[in-house]
Amino acid sequence: MAAHTRTGSLRTYILGRLAFAPVFLFLLLTLLFVLLRVMPGDPVAAALGDRISAEQLEVRREAAGLNDPILVQYGRYLAGVATGDLGNPVTDPRPVTQIVADLFPATFELTAFAMVVAVTVGVFVGAVGARRRDGIFDVGGRLFGVLIYAAPVFWLGILAQLLFANRWGLLPTGNRLGARIAYEDVTGFFLLDGVITGNWPFFIDALQHLILPGATLGLVISGVFIRMVRVNMLQTLRSDYVEAAHARGIADRKVVFRHAFKNALVPVVTIMGLQFALLLGGAILTETTFSWPGLGQGLVRYINNRDYAAVQGIVTFFAVLVVSVSLLIDIINGLIDPRVRY
Amino acid sequence: MVATADPVRGALRTRIEHAMRPWRRANPMARWLVIVGGLITLTFAFLALFPNVVAPYGEDQYQYVVGSTDDPRLLEDQRCGTDVECEQIPRRIEPGEGHPFGTTSARLDVFSRVVHGARVAFSIVLLSTLLAMGIGVPLGLMSGYRGGKLDRVLVTLMDAIYVIPGLLLAIIVAFVLQQYFEPGLASAAVAVGVVYVPQYFRVIRNHTLSVKEEPFVEAARAMGAPPRTIVGRYIFFNVVQSVPVIFTLNAADAVLTLAGLGFLGFGVPYPLAEWGLDVSRAITDVVSGFWWTAFFPGLAIMALVTGLTLVGEGLNDIVNPLLRVKGFKGRVPRRRDPAPESQAAGGEADVSQTITRENS
Amino acid sequence: MAESVPTFTTDTATATAPVLEVRDLSVSYGTPRGPLHAVDRVSFDLHAGESLGVVGESGCGKSSLGRGLMQLLPVGAAVGGSVRLRGEELIGTSNSRLRRARGEDIALVFQEPMTRLDPLMRVSDHFVGAIRAHRPKVSKDEAREMAREALAQMGIPRTRADNFPHEFSGGMRQRIMIALGIVLRPAVIVADEPTTALDVIVEAQILDLLDRLRSDEEVGLMLITHNLGIVAETCDRVAVMYAGRIVEIGPVAEVFADPKHPYTQGLLASVISVDTTELVSIDGSPPDLVDPPPACRYRPRCPIKAEGSDRIDPALTSVGADHQAACLLYEGAEIGHGKVQA
Repeated sequence: MAAHTRTGSLRTYILGRLAFAPVFLFLLLTLLFVLLRVMPGDPVAAALGDRISAEQLEVRREAAGLNDPILVQYGRYLAGVATGDLGNPVTDPRPVTQIVADLFPATFELTAFAMVVAVTVGVFVGAVGARRRDGIFDVGGRLFGVLIYAAPVFWLGILAQLLFANRWGLLPTGNRLGARIAYEDVTGFFLLDGVITGNWPFFIDALQHLILPGATLGLVISGVFIRMVRVNMLQTLRSDYVEAAHARGIADRKVVFRHAFKNALVPVVTIMGLQFALLLGGAILTETTFSWPGLGQGLVRYINNRDYAAVQGIVTFFAVLVVSVSLLIDIINGLIDPRVRY
Repeated sequence: MVATADPVRGALRTRIEHAMRPWRRANPMARWLVIVGGLITLTFAFLALFPNVVAPYGEDQYQYVVGSTDDPRLLEDQRCGTDVECEQIPRRIEPGEGHPFGTTSARLDVFSRVVHGARVAFSIVLLSTLLAMGIGVPLGLMSGYRGGKLDRVLVTLMDAIYVIPGLLLAIIVAFVLQQYFEPGLASAAVAVGVVYVPQYFRVIRNHTLSVKEEPFVEAARAMGAPPRTIVGRYIFFNVVQSVPVIFTLNAADAVLTLAGLGFLGFGVPYPLAEWGLDVSRAITDVVSGFWWTAFFPGLAIMALVTGLTLVGEGLNDIVNPLLRVKGFKGRVPRRRDPAPESQAAGGEADVSQTITRENS
Repeated sequence: MAESVPTFTTDTATATAPVLEVRDLSVSYGTPRGPLHAVDRVSFDLHAGESLGVVGESGCGKSSLGRGLMQLLPVGAAVGGSVRLRGEELIGTSNSRLRRARGEDIALVFQEPMTRLDPLMRVSDHFVGAIRAHRPKVSKDEAREMAREALAQMGIPRTRADNFPHEFSGGMRQRIMIALGIVLRPAVIVADEPTTALDVIVEAQILDLLDRLRSDEEVGLMLITHNLGIVAETCDRVAVMYAGRIVEIGPVAEVFADPKHPYTQGLLASVISVDTTELVSIDGSPPDLVDPPPACRYRPRCPIKAEGSDRIDPALTSVGADHQAACLLYEGAEIGHGKVQA
């Protein structure tokens, strides 16, 4: 059809977004740097203070560049982020970039699975509820939404482990795999690796381990989706264009699906972006609850070790991730909703 | 005497009636939600204020007084063995008589811990809110009223804070604070409070922007009122109305943030009774089948958050007239002229949109 | 498409048979206080090629009348009486027949063109949806061609058919809405305040379009408006509504020159024209339709207060050739509206 007009305006829109993202990221990183580094104190001493001698401490400090003026450190930090170098931890020989590469696939697998669960449950319960407004399903769905929103994810996770793993023995918990599973690590994403290598026992075991933490996190987030989808759907169902479509004699089902549902989903994409931050927060708790070896659990460990450098690196990665995701969501929004581009 | 008192009382009554009008017009469902949520919240508030009336034991009490009195509580000036005869609370007993929620492996009464936990939750939610309001409201007023470069910088800065996942931000702040201060109620409150500064800022700023253009503000400006008076008197009292709604919506979220912080061990230190902390200490119990030590503190979190959410959403429905149409069955009034209503809703309409975030 | 011109219009004998016969049509909405009778036992005829103006204050039920004809009402609303389209009863008919009647037999053109088109859908896809809902055998390409044809007829360039709604101005969107209304060649078009949201020049163009449709396509046009000037210019007959009832109906020239009902007189007196020296308005406000006055509904505001109007609810009675009014000043009105109040 009119593909040319579409890409033209879309390109300007995307370019605008892309131009703003680095500015925003720069501000965010500066904020994090100020928060974590400008306050007095010494990261090396904080992490290792009572374990090594004063001379060794000084050597480590010099090596880490902590004796340089703060502005030099700031410049080095930004330059590092720009080149993909997130610094070196005090308590771990691996650079942070390597730690992220090792741990992030687990976090990604968890959050992606949770997002699928949340969106599926949220869209289904919300949309069906709105359609049969104030019916049993609607009232039940809303109640579920409020209660599940209120439940702490770590508590639900513990209860889920208690019932599904300890009491009924249906699903495994703890870690991403059983102890005796042989596998080949290709990408670090176990489900993907299982498919690539055709190693089905590995795939199934990884999936089984993923179900409890993923579903717990997903269900908690679904409360927000249920609410938003329902409200949006109620709004679009009584919108002028839906009434107009009815007046044209278009079948009820088609009106609901093509006009009301589709329009109700547009804000949901935006919410998905907002919920991503929530999802990361939830992932830190879920990983700790289920001993899931991801980046959130890693962060908690480095905090407990008082390893400033590692914490700063991981938090920086999270920041870049959040900004990238919101950029991505903006672009997707531009693709779905023609009005956004103007 | 009577003649002068009456108009005053009459004016007060009209004011109250005016303030109650949205409530009376609200749909029954919204009112019902507020009442149920309010009852739950008040119950917890009562526990927070008078924990000792309800809890049979202190928050870190592992032994109790036997003998003459019925009160098993150990008072501060009493010493076991010398002043009174004591007995230890048994470990890990199931919920039942004497210990309705059971006991922990550290000989603590779970019910008493849950009751005392309300105090920590309320203190921190209130302290953190005071902090978030104290920073967010003045900055929002200033930013919205002055506009220009200052506004742009503040908005971007607040957006940068807002984009960091709430729990992660709280963790970072708690982490930085623990280098300088002993962990306690105050540092936990700061960690939680920082998360909500951008939300107060945003809502107040946007509301200020719209109120600033209202005719009565322009009239005040035309009469030569200084900015201080305009912001302090005309704008502040209009904008401040959206604060309770943000508060109730944020409070629920703050309880969850605090619990998450406590669960990870970055909240208040043991032996203070904090629900998230208690759940984390109970993880090992669950593996060995003792469900009650984790179950009840978590249930308390869920109940309080549910209560606060119901109040917040109900209030939002009631205060925001646009949503009010939603509940009423039958003909939706024709939207010939939606402008006055949507303007009146201005700030509040933002609230539910802005606050769509939770932390656990 | 040519065959859709109603055959009976050429025959003088059947030309007098109305395309739409409405008898005792009632529309009520559920409210917390009880049913609100927005339209109360209204009867009139509409002939092919004729335009009937429906005027009255806001809330008099004129919009509900238009929607009631198509039974396009919110949940909790009820319709009663009889609507016959080319002799076929529509009230109480099956949902699928009703759906087919909407758009194919009766089209509705709405007040707010800005919000009546689905923002996520190309204009042409609105047409495709409407056409294929009624003629499943028409291919998408054929439907698109029909869309371009109908748009061209309304003065929208064919090349713009694939644009999105937000790329059009208000006047153009109203043309699109009308094009959508006529693409299936309906026998009746109900235009509900089609020009209220538009400026004067666009208003004239739209009215001209509607008038051409009426004369060229022999469509029965029902024009709902509060603007008496529009009625005077474009309509053959006019029905004046008050509090859910038609209080006067007759040829435009006659009603405007010699209004019989006190309400019509008041309404005409309140029109501002070049000769206006002082503003006239009708005191008071329309009655509460949940609990209407038992006798004459206009009596509380009526300057004349005819004898018996506190006891009798007047019915329409003939006051001239094809001219009726519901006022006790005229003989025949005292038989009342079905029941005489004691």
